[in-house]
This record gives sequence, structure tokens and C-alpha cells, in this order.
Amino acid sequence: MKFRGKIVDVACLNHFSRVITTISKLTKMCVLRLTPDNLFFVLSEKVANGGVSMWCELSQANFFDEYQMEGVSPEDNEICLEVTPENLSRALKTVQSAKSVKVKLTKKHCPCLTIAAELPTLSSISRVVTHDVPVDVIPRRLWHEFIEPSVPDFDVSIYLPPLKTMKNVVDRMKNLSNFLVIEANLNGEMNLKIETDLVSVTTHFKDLGNPPWGDDSSQDGGPSQGRDPDSMAEARVDIRRLQQFLMGQQVNPSKAMCNIVHQRILHLILLHEDVSLQYFIPAVA
Amino acid sequence: MTVEEDENGSCDTPGAILQNIRPTRRSTTFATMPLSTQSQADDEQYVLVASLDNARNLSNILKAITFKDHAIFTATPNGLKVTVEDSKCLQANAFIQAEIFQEYTIKEDLVGFQINLTVLLDCLNIFGGSTVPGVSTALRMCYRGYGYPLTLFLEEAGVVTVCKINTQEPEEPIDFEFCSNNVTNKVILQSESLKEAFSELDMTSEVLQITMSPSQPYFRLSTFGSSGNAHYDYSKDSDMMELFRCTKTQTNRYKMSLLKPSTKALALSCKVSVRTDSRGFLSLQYLVRNDDGQICFVEYYCCPDEEVD
Repeated sequence: MKFRGKIVDVACLNHFSRVITTISKLTKMCVLRLTPDNLFFVLSEKVANGGVSMWCELSQANFFDEYQMEGVSPEDNEICLEVTPENLSRALKTVQSAKSVKVKLTKKHCPCLTIAAELPTLSSISRVVTHDVPVDVIPRRLWHEFIEPSVPDFDVSIYLPPLKTMKNVVDRMKNLSNFLVIEANLNGEMNLKIETDLVSVTTHFKDLGNPPWGDDSSQDGGPSQGRDPDSMAEARVDIRRLQQFLMGQQVNPSKAMCNIVHQRILHLILLHEDVSLQYFIPAVA
Repeated sequence: MTVEEDENGSCDTPGAILQNIRPTRRSTTFATMPLSTQSQADDEQYVLVASLDNARNLSNILKAITFKDHAIFTATPNGLKVTVEDSKCLQANAFIQAEIFQEYTIKEDLVGFQINLTVLLDCLNIFGGSTVPGVSTALRMCYRGYGYPLTLFLEEAGVVTVCKINTQEPEEPIDFEFCSNNVTNKVILQSESLKEAFSELDMTSEVLQITMSPSQPYFRLSTFGSSGNAHYDYSKDSDMMELFRCTKTQTNRYKMSLLKPSTKALALSCKVSVRTDSRGFLSLQYLVRNDDGQICFVEYYCCPDEEVD
């Protein structure tokens, strides 16, 4: 197993760091899958995670100037590592001003992702900084747990309102309640609702637009077929999970949307030309 | 529901652009009406309706008295008074006159209820309470009467939030029987001068001692903390002293824990009047200017901890 990559563009480095910081806010640990074309950060659905799962896909070529990898075997040309994204994020933060950053899979006293950066100094000699971030290698027999989740058979798909506004509202609602109901319809309307003994609060968003999924054959000709456009699909979720996801606005997505499976799952998607992030939050009763 | 015009034949701003929000199929206890497109018939049900183009003109002043969860709201045709009390020894009142509101309609001489102030502030700031210039949250506050929740309609950038906050039976606010006839000492200071002192107050001191006198030291704040005693003196000739009317030397002590919250009111204010009466009761009155430059008042009443002659 071998992996080495090099980032030389400061904007790419910046963006890469921000993606990893966003992931670190969503989960303490996750799996990093390295393939010849992509990097995937994966959190699989487990009771220990509270039933949430995450799939983040980066296309390697949009970040790395050099990228070489050799997987476990020629047939399974992939590397699967368990990482603590916070450690990666911290290491990357210290090298933001670097002329170049190398990321390598190494073996010190344990397997590590080593981040080595050349930092500019006042003199002509560069300073080299190295971070060894410990990782765990995931054996091939467990790889089936970390595959791309399929898009659920959703009832409503809708574009999210401006994430900053949504985050402001959810942050305040969190002071009032532990759970929030998110509901939306095919008329571009979304409501965020909380209700407790003390107070009920509903925020109404309109004219959000619904993404066109109509040509997806797995949806039986599209979810919009025969569905009353005013009818709301809802999911009651743990507010903190939604709040964690909304911190992902850092990634500056070009598109943000969600799919709701009525009373089952809230599927949130952030899209950017270099990276896509999906987060699944289960609905609670 | 359709958009109805008011008696002037025009739709109110800021919500006039909004289409009606259709009630959801699962709407239970509350209707989802946008801010200003409620018909006159709907308004009939409310005993109190108050609107502000900028919700901060209410939320900022309420922050000056938020040291306890519960507040008593008393509305009269003159305006709104919000009262917070602590252990029967301290009372803070915020006054927002009817003129401050863009709309203020009250159907009774007195409307009162008790409400959770922290919840109310979270609702008033639901859009994040940002201070981006030109962007403000519009507010319409409606109350149907005894037993009903307080309903808030808040709007910012076309997004509407509806809050229903449960109310309780209002307790009778304490009457501290502080009247101008009984005032022995009074000073009015520019808040600037007191802000520094209050922010530096030694919190290890159990009391704040206030000395007012026609002679030296004129006006003195003292603390007695674990690291020593501190005195802040304000001369009657100081530039900051706008009014000095002390008839008799008085020294009174007040529990620090009771007075510390008044620092928030001081921070918002431009002028403060400090008065003591013959019993040693303290009245602090703060002149606060809101975002639009309008004047509101906040006052604190405090019982003395013990008499020191």
C-alpha cells in the first residue's frame, strides 16, 4: 500500500483544509477511502453514531498537483483508513502558508498520514514542518461497510434556504428545544418547527425551488409523479445534528438541498464543483 | 385567506410583498399569518397589538433587565412596562412608550401577563440578531388576553417566523414606595463615567456602598473585597456630573449580587440618575437611546442591605 500526494496551490490547500474542518465538526472519527480518482470521507450508519451517516466525495485532481497511490492489491486498488479528522484539520491549519504540502502514508510506530510542508522563512532556506497523524488501516473484509449510500426513495426534494439564515434560526431554536421538525413540499415551501411546553416557533421559507429528479428511473418516474404539491413531508430530528451539518456552509456550496423521506430520514446534500457532501439524519418519533 | 387592504386602501409594509402563507395540513394550535396581511377582522380578537419595524428596539432594552427568567408585562395606552424582580429586594423596569411602536393598539386600560423573558429574547433574535446595516427584523406582537399565549410575527428578508409563547398569571409587581418627595440625594451623571467603575467592580465584595453628600466626597462608590477596599469618587464639579442635589450625607450598602445586573442597563445608557430616599432605598434611572435615536427608560430599585450612618 502506498500513497503520496502533493498540493502546491494555496487556494486548493485552503479549500482542502476547510472541507476537512467541516468534516471534523460532523464526526469524531470516520473512514478515509483513497482511490485513483477520489478521496472519500465516510461515516457509516451505526447506533453509536446516533444513526447518522455521511458521505463526502472529493475529486483528487481538483486538489492535488501530484497524486500516486497503490492500493491493497491490483484488483482492490484502494486504501481504507480510519482517521480522526480533527487531527488532520489541526495539522493542515498550521501549514496554510506553505509553498507546498505533501501527504503520505507512512509507518512510524503505527500507520500514519504524514503531512510535510515547506514553509517560507525570511532567509532563503525553507523550514520543513512534519505532522504524523496516526491512522488505522481498515482490512478489506470490512470495506463493504463503507460504500456509497444510495439516494433514498424520498417524498420531497427541495433546495435549502441560504445556509446562513438557516443556521441562525436553528442556533436559536436549539436554545428552546432538543428536537426540530423540518417539513417541505414540492411547491418550494419549507418550514422549520419546534414545539415545547413553553413555546412553539415556526419559520417559513418560500420559493426555494425543487430539484428536478424526474429522470431518475429508480424513483418510479420521479417522486413528483402524482404527489399533491402542497402536501408536506416531514422529519423530526435531533437539532444538534442539523446544527452540526449547517456549519458546513464553510465549504461554500454552489448547491444545497435536502430530500425528506416522510418521518424516516432527512438527507442533506451540499454540492460544489470539487466536493460533494451528503449527511443522513434519521427521524425520531 | 386573501390579502386585505387596510382602511387607507393600501397594504402595510414590510410584509406587503409576501404572499399569504398557506396553513400546513398539520397546523395544530396556531394559524400561520404573515405580518401585515392580517385582516381587520382577525385583529378584533387581540387586546394588544404592537408593531416595530426594528425588533431590536425592543430586544435591546429587554437585555438590560434580563437577569431572571420571568418578567411581568404591563401594557397600558401609554406603552409597555416590563418588570423583573429578584428576591423582593430588587426591581428592574423597562419602559417602551407607545410612540416607539409603529403600531400600538390596546383595547383595555391595563393588560398584564407573566412570560419567560429568556424565551422571548430567543424568539426576538430568531434571525440571529445581526447588526448588518439596513437589515432588520420586523416584529408584530399580539395578545388575545388572559390564558392565551403571546404571539410574535417576525420577518427578515422575506422569511417569516411565528412564535407562540405561553403566558402565566402576572404577579403584582412590588411597590417600593419611592416617591420624589422623599428623595434626600440625587445626582445625574453621564453614563460614560460610571461604566468604567462598574466594569471594574470588585466582585469579591459582598456589597456596593454608595455615599452621597453635600460635602466631600460628594458621590462615592466603595467595595470591600478580598484584595482590599476600593473607592470611586465623583466630584460635584466634574464635567460628567450633570446634576448634583444632595441635601444630607448618606451612606448605604446594597448587595453586589443584586446591583451587578444593572451594569447591562448602564452599558446601553447615555445618562443615569442616582437617587436615595430617607429609608436608604436606591433608585437608578437610565436614559437609553435605541437604534433610531428614540428615548426609552430603564430603572432599578434596590433595598439597602443595612444602614450605615
